[in-house]
Amino acid sequence: MSATPADAGDGYNFAYLDEQTKRMIRRALLKALAVPGYQVPFASREMPMPYGWGTGGVQVTAACLTPDDCVKVIDQGADDTTNAVSIRSFFARTAGVATTESTEEASLIQTRHRIPETALREDQLLVYQVPIPEPLRFLEPRETETRKMHALSEYGLMHVKLYEDISRHGHISTAYAYPVNVGGRYVMDPSPIPKFDNPKMDNCPAIQLFGAGREQRIYAIPPYSEVKSLDFEDYPFDRLRASGSCALCGADDSYLDEVIIDDQGNRMFVCSDTDFCGSRRDQGHVGDQSDLFETGAE
Amino acid sequence: MFEIRNLEKTFRLHNQNQAEIPVVSNVNFNVQAGECVALTGASGSGKSTLLRLIYGNYLAGDGTILVDGTNVVGADPRTILELRRTTLGYVTQFLRVLPRVPTIRVVAEPLVQAGCEVDAAEERARYLLEKLRIPENLWELSPLTFSGGEQQRVNIARGFAYDYPALLLDEPTASLDPANRQTVLDMIIDAKDRGCAIIGIFHDEAARRTVCDREIDVTHFAAAA
Amino acid sequence: MMQERPLFRASAVGKSYGKQLGCRDVSFDLYPGEIMGIVGESGSGKSTLLNCLAGQIEPDTGDIAFDVDGTGLVSTLQMSEPERRMLARTQWAFVHQNPRDGLRMAVSAGGNIGERLMNIGARHYGNIREDAIGWMGRVELEANRIDDRPANFSGGMQQRLQIARNLVTGPRLVFMDEPTGGLDVSVQARLLDLLRSLVQELGLAVIIVTHDLAVVRMLAHRMMVMQKGHVVETGLADQVLDDPQHPYTQLLVSSVLQV
Repeated sequence: MSATPADAGDGYNFAYLDEQTKRMIRRALLKALAVPGYQVPFASREMPMPYGWGTGGVQVTAACLTPDDCVKVIDQGADDTTNAVSIRSFFARTAGVATTESTEEASLIQTRHRIPETALREDQLLVYQVPIPEPLRFLEPRETETRKMHALSEYGLMHVKLYEDISRHGHISTAYAYPVNVGGRYVMDPSPIPKFDNPKMDNCPAIQLFGAGREQRIYAIPPYSEVKSLDFEDYPFDRLRASGSCALCGADDSYLDEVIIDDQGNRMFVCSDTDFCGSRRDQGHVGDQSDLFETGAE
Repeated sequence: MFEIRNLEKTFRLHNQNQAEIPVVSNVNFNVQAGECVALTGASGSGKSTLLRLIYGNYLAGDGTILVDGTNVVGADPRTILELRRTTLGYVTQFLRVLPRVPTIRVVAEPLVQAGCEVDAAEERARYLLEKLRIPENLWELSPLTFSGGEQQRVNIARGFAYDYPALLLDEPTASLDPANRQTVLDMIIDAKDRGCAIIGIFHDEAARRTVCDREIDVTHFAAAA
Repeated sequence: MMQERPLFRASAVGKSYGKQLGCRDVSFDLYPGEIMGIVGESGSGKSTLLNCLAGQIEPDTGDIAFDVDGTGLVSTLQMSEPERRMLARTQWAFVHQNPRDGLRMAVSAGGNIGERLMNIGARHYGNIREDAIGWMGRVELEANRIDDRPANFSGGMQQRLQIARNLVTGPRLVFMDEPTGGLDVSVQARLLDLLRSLVQELGLAVIIVTHDLAVVRMLAHRMMVMQKGHVVETGLADQVLDDPQHPYTQLLVSSVLQV
């Protein structure tokens, strides 16, 4: 059943995609949830944005939205970057849904390259934008071979990569898109989130959906699934806590961005998750450079 | 230990106008445990051929060759390999080894193949090499660079490393000086004493008389051309 | 002690490429500790046969069976692909003629050797590394090259690395395709000696394809001679070389240059 043009505006079907396409994507999502971490092929549609700009995430979101949803879109943790703003207004226009910058208020969060700091709930959906869904791609270029490797659980090669890291750098040097094992079965690329965020995927109450538009794959993690980052017994996964705290809100356990503040190269570290930081400041938390923010320094 | 019946061998050279070269026929003889029998006859009469037939290195045309009850003629390769491993030893005239393998390993090899621990096998190898007067500084070198007499002694050491119940010896004392010749003859006598059955070719008449109980003239078995 | 049961059996194996015959009607049993040499000149079908036996290509006729767990021969052609791949990864090994085909050139020596271990679940970096160093020692590669990539190794070293990589999971059957081809003569000798002692030490069964009779003489217990896709003679290696019966075998043997 399609929403009326009056809801959608400008003659688009609700959330841009036609209903048959949404059904196709939903079938793929259900299949993906039934086989956690398995890459389900889907017929990616042409979207009004080029490949590489989040078309996969947008299609997944579009298929999931209902008129009652409240959508948040973040890009590298921030709600106010160009891409986040574009996608958010895209949905506002084509679906007429409410939008928000607050993680707590949102029912569906589409994200590029970060997981929100605020803990998610069972009634929330997290949609990730994925560039390359295949974690083995850089080691094994043949699609025929990687499909067999997943089917037969032949994941030794993944550990070879980690082995090489340790032998070359003394530690596992992968800093983002750190491969994980879902439910003890499939190895998955969590999208280019920093490894700092990997533990948030484990036992998460929310449904996590992954969409790769150019590569035409969808995968998913059902709520409360076991998600384990790959490692060695004697080189366990280390998410690398920041060695400082946010200059604005004082948080010492969030992922920090480095910001250059003047021509002399002075820098400060602030929470990458803008909503998280803002909420903390609203609650009265302060960092040691809160005054800089007041003066509008970038 | 050895029972040869109606053995026949003819070489067929397909690429040389189908030439047929009969060597021996109607070969019949036995050798008991503890006996040493010498094969005699002019050069080319088939003495080495007989040894090779018994060892399974040549295929017999007809007949049976029983070694400790196993018929070599028509046996599948596995059977012969097993026979060679623990029953039948063969000291050929020429040393044939992989390059770069040290002498001590060459000599220890048959023992290791028969299931002996490497250390014990090399211990025995050292004993034999010393007995045969191979200088210790040569033990870690490949025997391929040794003199003819030294190679022959390494060959003998290898042949006697494992206590086979049956032995084939092709000119074991050729190119040896008197002292070493005597040592080898003593080794043959020791083998006989422990019950080994030996068939050998000895050009040296004195050696023959010392160790052999019987002589078999192979020209008796010459095949009609 | 004689093993009663064969480890591997080929029964009437045949493969054609359209009208072009690859190999035909090849049958033999192989027992642990045996080295079988398959010789022939170019076009004899020996490589086709090897690829059929090793499961790399599917034969048109015949069967290939392997004693997977000591309880008897099981047809590999009727196995599911996962089972066959597992077999190829654990109990079988394939040493390619060109080591580049059998190694990951962009991965370090240690990673190459460790890969098969990691494939079967090894998850302790220190142990994997120790195993890799152990194997490098056995194939006479210096341990301090463990982090070097094989692209920087000589041909002989690459070949030895390939052998280590294959043997680390303790396979019982090794297929080799001209393993000494392209190597200097002195390097060949060392490699053959290494192979012989590993076979002896580990009780491996080996099927080795080569055109070099000297390799067969030195290494193999049994041999098969192939001509135009057919096996023309088979038997003990020393017997076939010293007393060849078939005209083609006689021709081959007499053509070898003596040194």
